[in-house]
Amino acid sequence: MTTGDERKDAIGYAFTAPYILFLLVFTAYPLLFSFYLVFHSWDLITPPEYVGLKNFYFLMHDTDFWQALLNTLIFLAIHIPAQVVFSIMIAMALAEKIVAKTFFRAAFFLPVIISGAVVTILWAKLYSTDTGIFNQLLGLAGIAPVKWLTSTSLAMPSIAVMATWKNMGFYIVLFLAGLLNIPAHLYEVSKIEGTTRWQDFWHITLPLLRPTMLLVVVLSTFGAFSLFIEPYVMTGGGPLNSTMSVVLYMYKHAFLFQHMGYAATIGFALAAIILLVVLIQKKYLDSD
Amino acid sequence: MKKLALYLILICAAVSFIYPFLWMAFISLRSVGDAGAGSFLSSFFTLQNYKAVFMEIPIGRALLNSAIVALSTTASVIFFSSLVGYALAKLRFNGRETVFMIVLLTMMIPGQLTLIPLYTLIVRLGWIDAYPALIAPWMISAMGILIFRQTFISIPDDLIEAARMEGCGELRILTSIFWPLSKPAMVTVGIITFMNSWNEVLWPMMVVRRQEMMTMPQMITTFSVGGQSGGELGVEMAASMLLIIPILAAYAFFQKYFIEGIASTGIKG
Repeated sequence: MTTGDERKDAIGYAFTAPYILFLLVFTAYPLLFSFYLVFHSWDLITPPEYVGLKNFYFLMHDTDFWQALLNTLIFLAIHIPAQVVFSIMIAMALAEKIVAKTFFRAAFFLPVIISGAVVTILWAKLYSTDTGIFNQLLGLAGIAPVKWLTSTSLAMPSIAVMATWKNMGFYIVLFLAGLLNIPAHLYEVSKIEGTTRWQDFWHITLPLLRPTMLLVVVLSTFGAFSLFIEPYVMTGGGPLNSTMSVVLYMYKHAFLFQHMGYAATIGFALAAIILLVVLIQKKYLDSD
Repeated sequence: MKKLALYLILICAAVSFIYPFLWMAFISLRSVGDAGAGSFLSSFFTLQNYKAVFMEIPIGRALLNSAIVALSTTASVIFFSSLVGYALAKLRFNGRETVFMIVLLTMMIPGQLTLIPLYTLIVRLGWIDAYPALIAPWMISAMGILIFRQTFISIPDDLIEAARMEGCGELRILTSIFWPLSKPAMVTVGIITFMNSWNEVLWPMMVVRRQEMMTMPQMITTFSVGGQSGGELGVEMAASMLLIIPILAAYAFFQKYFIEGIASTGIKG
């Protein structure tokens, strides 16, 4: 019977071989090479030069890098609460018996499937100080034009609002699934005890939505740390670096200055920070 | 009363999600001389902005590039991921569990970590400004492997045994028995892969410099940011419309797969 087993083994290996090869070339090699790059200075033309821990030393003292991280935190501080509050609100409305449910769901989901490049170009027009719709609406109310993308204090919040708009349909669907998973009899019990809707929401709905909440927070965090095209198109990272994202900063070092070693170090640090932040969120949101 | 409030919330939300796209479509169809003046109804609709896009930038080529890249990536992901998914679900071989663990592990690696080293690899391979750079690194997806594995596990082994008795090879079993039985999984993987590939902008901006090799998102981004559009709003919006129309058309037909697929895999564009 060994021959039969060997034949099975051979087919299994043959079917997985393309994946293993793909993995070695496009995942394992870049992963290992990133450990090499972070200790070297390389402009892609002259041979790489060993620099020890210099890249990390520069990173620690690189105020632009820390500014980019801070910008991400500002983004998250607006994005996550807005995302959670509005998504739950709309998901709860969708969970009721209503007509045209499919239409509403499809409408909310529309921005999710559209390229971030298009959404950003479109919103740059909507945010325009002179001709954008937001300032036109404010103008009708007699309010002076707001510099949505050209003031250091508002540019990042404006980007966060756009990102919330783009992804909300995705989170609405996640929360809707979470809501529909809550057993109806839990609400029946509370009806007998005569609790209010608001109490039900705090004591039944929210605690049971916790796993969905964790997913939403983790995915929003991944999104925040991948910001690139939004600042690239809208602000170029400005004004005064106030919208510089970590990925855009990495991109600039790699493609404006050919600092491959340093760009790889930024990516390395970013990956470490992402894992750390997600672990903290998981610990905090998982425990009761 | 309560119903009224519900519908009010839902309608306001729907308007805010749809309106910007309607505005974009409207601006792209409005004639240039009309800019600023005229109401929605009295405006004269024209395709001249679309003609202008084709005159000003090689957008036809960008559409072709996007189609080539997204379609070959999608075909490759479906074929190779289902191959691995089949092996993990139905074949017994030494190291199967290890491969499965590796698939799960690779999903946890943040893309930012490998982006720069991957770019230097593409440079060394001489693939800058070439299709392989846009396709090869995304030919197999861990997400696809997991979806296929999950779907294939629930297909009974009897079908495989019967096919083997009749002398069917494993590849034939996969393509002529498992594929037809797994249409929802194939559509889901296909749609998510196509959409991500079609919308991707960061990676093309790293490995493509020549305008003739650009895909749609990079083309419209450089058109818009590089000032090539000369601030012509209608032309810029027309270029953006050309990018989203194919996705919108797919969405119209496969709406359920888009929403459920993206929600269940946690992957967004």
